[in-house]
Amino acid sequence: MFYREAGEFKASYKADQAILPIRQDRWFIWAILAIAFLVIPTVSSDYWLGTIMLPFLILALAALGLNVLTGYAGQLSLGTGGFMATGAFAAYKLATMFPGMHILLVLLFSGTITAGVGILFGIPSLRIKGFYLAVATLASQFFLIWMFNKFGWFTNYSSSGVITAPPMAAIGDVLVTGAYATVTAKYLFTLSIVTLLALITKNLVRSNIGREWMAVRDMDIAAEIIGIKMLPTKLKAFAYSSFLCGIAGALWAFVHTGSVEPLAFDVNRSFQILFMIIIGGLGSIMGAFLGAAFIVLLPIFLSNAPHWFGLDIPVDLISHIEAMVFGALIIFFLIVEPHGLARLWQITKEKLRLWPFPY
Amino acid sequence: MKINKVKTGIIAAAVGMASLISTPTVMAADAQYIGSLVYRTGPYAPGGIPWADGFADYINLLNERDGGINGVKLNLEECDTAYNTDKGVECYERLKNNGPTGMPAVMPLSTGITYALLDRVVADKIPLITSGYGRADAADGTIFPYVFVPPATYWGGADIAINYMASEEGGYDNLKGKKIALVYHDSAYGKEPIKTLEALAGKHGFELSLFPVPHPGLEQKATWLKIGRQLRPDYVLMYGWGVMNATAIKEAAAVNFPREKFIGIWWSGNDVDMVPAGKAAVGYKSLQFNGVGADFDVHKMIKQVLYANGKGSADSEAGIGEVAYNRGLQSAVLLTEALQGAMNEFGNKPVTGEQVQWALDRLDIDEARLKAIGAEGLFDPIKLSCADHLGKGRAKITQWDGTQWKAITDWIQPNNEMLDVMYKESAAAYAKEKGITPRACN
Amino acid sequence: MRLERDVIYIILASLLLMVAIPWMAGTLSEDIFFEWPFFFEVAIGGLLSGVMYSLVALGFVLIFKASGVFNFAQGAMVLFSALTLVGLNEMGLPMWLSVIVTLLVMLVLAIAIERVVLRSLVNQEHIILFMATIGIAYFLDGFGQTIWGSEVKNLDIGFSQEPGFYFDGLILINDFDLIAAVIAGILVIVLALFFQYTRIGRALRAVADDHQAALSVGIPLKHIWVIVWAVAGIVALVAGIMWGSKLGVQFSLALIALKALPVLILGGFTSVPGAIIGGLLIGAGEKLAEVFIAPMIGGGIEDWFAYMLALAFLVFRPQGLFGEKIIERV
Repeated sequence: MFYREAGEFKASYKADQAILPIRQDRWFIWAILAIAFLVIPTVSSDYWLGTIMLPFLILALAALGLNVLTGYAGQLSLGTGGFMATGAFAAYKLATMFPGMHILLVLLFSGTITAGVGILFGIPSLRIKGFYLAVATLASQFFLIWMFNKFGWFTNYSSSGVITAPPMAAIGDVLVTGAYATVTAKYLFTLSIVTLLALITKNLVRSNIGREWMAVRDMDIAAEIIGIKMLPTKLKAFAYSSFLCGIAGALWAFVHTGSVEPLAFDVNRSFQILFMIIIGGLGSIMGAFLGAAFIVLLPIFLSNAPHWFGLDIPVDLISHIEAMVFGALIIFFLIVEPHGLARLWQITKEKLRLWPFPY
Repeated sequence: MKINKVKTGIIAAAVGMASLISTPTVMAADAQYIGSLVYRTGPYAPGGIPWADGFADYINLLNERDGGINGVKLNLEECDTAYNTDKGVECYERLKNNGPTGMPAVMPLSTGITYALLDRVVADKIPLITSGYGRADAADGTIFPYVFVPPATYWGGADIAINYMASEEGGYDNLKGKKIALVYHDSAYGKEPIKTLEALAGKHGFELSLFPVPHPGLEQKATWLKIGRQLRPDYVLMYGWGVMNATAIKEAAAVNFPREKFIGIWWSGNDVDMVPAGKAAVGYKSLQFNGVGADFDVHKMIKQVLYANGKGSADSEAGIGEVAYNRGLQSAVLLTEALQGAMNEFGNKPVTGEQVQWALDRLDIDEARLKAIGAEGLFDPIKLSCADHLGKGRAKITQWDGTQWKAITDWIQPNNEMLDVMYKESAAAYAKEKGITPRACN
Repeated sequence: MRLERDVIYIILASLLLMVAIPWMAGTLSEDIFFEWPFFFEVAIGGLLSGVMYSLVALGFVLIFKASGVFNFAQGAMVLFSALTLVGLNEMGLPMWLSVIVTLLVMLVLAIAIERVVLRSLVNQEHIILFMATIGIAYFLDGFGQTIWGSEVKNLDIGFSQEPGFYFDGLILINDFDLIAAVIAGILVIVLALFFQYTRIGRALRAVADDHQAALSVGIPLKHIWVIVWAVAGIVALVAGIMWGSKLGVQFSLALIALKALPVLILGGFTSVPGAIIGGLLIGAGEKLAEVFIAPMIGGGIEDWFAYMLALAFLVFRPQGLFGEKIIERV
């Protein structure tokens, strides 16, 4: 009853082509944005904003990047961590080489540099497919991390190979990096960037580029036959995906942790992001966010849960149980809905058309 | 049906989330809260478990025997990081405001977590104590007011190792032309000593070769073929961690490199790493910034007060006195002494991180105090100041005899004149990058 | 196994390069020490290490062959089986009994996985099944450590760790590595015979070929899956024993899966001999690179070099050396 498009009429093509043609969806998204921008910063503690929401947003951005590549263009990749590292180190080099540069420009350029690296490592995808490609992208993962670890130039010859973000302001003198930036500023800054990029991505995947990606994903030979060029299409996917991952990496290093070593972007990070998009739903913008929420929030929830219920369980047992429950829940959700949380959300919407009346 | 299950799941999750926001942590209001980041799980758990047990045992000993510090009970909460930086940051943020005064100090037990917390502790005014790990240049208290690195740093460790090799060879002059290899974990941690060693190589004329081992270090055959069959160095120094240590010792045995010439930094000198290496480890040497053994007074007291009454943290008494256990004890002593210092100044009630930082700036654990604690000879006396956040930075060389570590030297003093210059230089570069104005110290 | 001509060419070419590049590096660069005995020592050491990778890769191959599942949990299974074995042994069971009980545990695990996971996810896309095995991996990591703890456990199966013997008076060969290679070799031969000559083996091959066709001629798919996962469990146990006695039984054992992945793609996901040949090529290749190429660019290149090497092979054969040819139709 509440979610029904009946009675909504479109008078122009423009209205019909809107991202969210149904009124309730628009309200829903506006409500989510309002909550994210207004309610959450005012009601939640620093712990929630800085330790849960911030990594959630940044990893969701990386998941969005990977979802473009894997979910929309069908190229399985395990190089996400390497691309995030590229973004982080590019941002560091830019910020230290040109101290006056605005942080938005730093992010933009570091994303662009990462896109270039992504194109380079995307070339083998023209011949290699499926799981073979996934394992092959691990080559880029290990190589990039090794490179940042090995050559002192990337870290300005710091003895430990760790990069630290200089304090930078977003607007006026509102700092978003460094020790004296407030968590709220960091959160709002990241949220704005993530929202903007999600919007751009959503529009991109509805455009002809996005449709080309999906054609390649669904059957590349057929796509080739109808005149889609493999080389530019796949490389565009790698470029845009790496662009997003690079920005996510730069945000992680600059806004979230403040200083990182290359191992912060090791292969486990790549796996983590891949899990997010599979659990969240391949080929869905919403899925990237839902998956990131699942993978980031659930372990924190599980490790905190015994404490709230007043149970005194040793920490090692909590960690083990956390791993077991986490694994079991992954299997459970896959059995319930193999196409991810985003698909569950769609089913819920379908049900809402009728609910609460059965006909 | 399917949907029903899902709905129940979603509702359960929502209820859980709601409780996450609403339920406040229940804590005794008049006890001193201590948050401890440990790793009892994950790939490095074997080294983390004894540390956590030692730390908890000492805190519990104070509670059981003395009723806390100056009459203030201690309330210890552990958080498992699994040696994972993300989890470590989450733990820190979760614990930092617990208790009446928040976390008085944080010991992250991981170089990665240390780096991730450097900015945060300054903003939160919580001292970061990194015993034998983390940033060596944090010895400069003017630029790192909230970071403390007693009792030793990686750079000092490298210098002590070279010092020991020189004394084995009969003086620094005899190091000229000798070949020394560094086998290191290819990460922020492992790379720390390179600059120091390069400086020393230039000064004393030995030849330094570097052998990075990629994380996690399960496979080192190529490295050791190069070392044992080709380079044949006079000494090998190792900065390894976790499974890398045992593998290195086994591979050293496989290429017949003499274990007596093979020296590890303290993190390569855990008892648990020697277990899988078995006989291959006999003769292997390691630096330690604490003494070894289980028969100091503090150990006896722990057995008597805690383990006899079934209140010990470890599964059995067997783990007491392991190197990592003693390190946990030492960290607990450092923290509790600082807490006591802060309480003596600010009153016998729970203290804040800022007050503990004040106390750490003036920390003085001398021989007499160590004797009172029951750890005379187990730890080196530590005296810190506003500018000096390291102390003497001394360490011992120990040797594995197949069942336990045996100290073979007394405390060795690193060359602090040279190192101080390096600490200052590096800290100044950091200050410049981060826009930090050094604080005045007098 | 049919050897196609281009596979032979590729292998011969790579062997030639493996000899030629170190030799060239040795002659051209001052930094690099090259002598034939040392070269052979590194090459043999690499081949023997490669066999150890193959042991892990075999488990992946078995499961992928029969069910098309890329089993991320193989590393966790290696850890779990080794933990169970050592745990039982520490409880006082004699070694032979512990091995038998562990095998039973792995069988129960296989049945449980088939019942709970595979049966519910039949006919799903590969990536979904892959994700499900990740769930299994998390579960096993937690479960194994809950029961047996996270401490390092020593697993001594009586092989010496001492240097071993000198071949030809110059080349040092490690006893342990040699024994491991022999065991891996035996395992491969047994598996190959099992696949080739037993009724179950024939059924397995049929299932690998085409699920639907196999079902329609009356092969019970569910039993086959249990058998495959159980055999993979046995392989995991053997790998667990060999790696565990080398490194001590601890959590890090689960990480060796990452060393097996390049072997897997080089050999091809679907070939048992491919896992062995892939292991040998990767092992020798990465060791030779680390010794003779790495000094020029800073060292520690083993990890990514193995993947780059596999990638180079894939460019010539996208299905791996011995993988089934990928035929695409519209």
